[in-house]
Amino acid sequence: MTFTSHRGLGRALRAMALGLVLAAGANLALAADAPSASANPELEARMMAMAAELRCLVCQNQTIADSHAGLAEDLRQQIREMLAKGQSEREIMDYMTQRYGDFVLYRPPFKATTVLLWVGPAVLMVFAIGTLVVVLRRRQKLGDDAFDPDDAEASSPAEPPAAR
Amino acid sequence: MKAKLLWPLAIFLVLAVFLGVGLKLDPREVPSPLVGKPAPVFKAPSLAQPEKVLRKEDMLGKVWMLNVWASWCGACRDEHPVLVAYSRAGGGVPVYGLNYKDKREDGMGWLNQFGNPYADSLFDPDGRIGIDYGVYGVPETFVIDQAGVIRYKHIGPVTPEVLRNKIEPLLKQLNKA
Repeated sequence: MTFTSHRGLGRALRAMALGLVLAAGANLALAADAPSASANPELEARMMAMAAELRCLVCQNQTIADSHAGLAEDLRQQIREMLAKGQSEREIMDYMTQRYGDFVLYRPPFKATTVLLWVGPAVLMVFAIGTLVVVLRRRQKLGDDAFDPDDAEASSPAEPPAAR
Repeated sequence: MKAKLLWPLAIFLVLAVFLGVGLKLDPREVPSPLVGKPAPVFKAPSLAQPEKVLRKEDMLGKVWMLNVWASWCGACRDEHPVLVAYSRAGGGVPVYGLNYKDKREDGMGWLNQFGNPYADSLFDPDGRIGIDYGVYGVPETFVIDQAGVIRYKHIGPVTPEVLRNKIEPLLKQLNKA
């Protein structure tokens, strides 16, 4: 790697760090805006903790804690009232899944329909590492003459052929 | 060597199938856990007559549709003529409205302007009945059978195609039972 490309990399990393900081700032700003209509801060904190576990179905990549959608506000109010009535978190989560399904949970339960979701990444990882080990082992057994720098195919069997 | 060359193709095909299926899925359409379950109980005033109370028990014994709507909902306006035509045609099942998070005068004004396809509308200004029915995208439409069990839920506007291909065959089947 040359000197100039090092500098380019540094610049890219700096830009990325700045982006992350800005994104984090935006998140904090959103969280700060979320209305807290209850006078009881302890109840409010429990409500927000639960709301952070629930998906807003109107704007699906936000939690009910983050979202300003009318439905999210209604559901926060619902959680608030249920907590005030002394209902357990288990009961409230059941209440939500009975109405909106498992999709409402940001941490879906482990069951037959979600096996691929939970196990998939691990299976892919094992498969990838396995492939890497096999490829490296195979390469180790090859003699020096197999690594001809001009022959791209023989030296990098793990990559697709560069036929274009 | 030949087999090795086929690997990228195989990986591409698997990926293409997954992405292809992914394209067909609509993330807005969340399967409702309520389908096949008894419709949630409700007790709500009628939109037109505040003193009249509508209950789920009153609906038992007939197949009916519950259509969630609001005057502030743009997609409801697209859907509305379909429902009006369905009611006018006659011979169908009664359609009840659930006027969701609306003001009474706005809801009434909307019906006066665009026509009223509903046998009656439940008035749900704070959206509590909506939460019980798992409503998250107005308009939504439920088909409820004689025993009060939800048989079908449609999210988004009911189009003539949905009515013809999904809802009407189901209603025919339910009415035979």
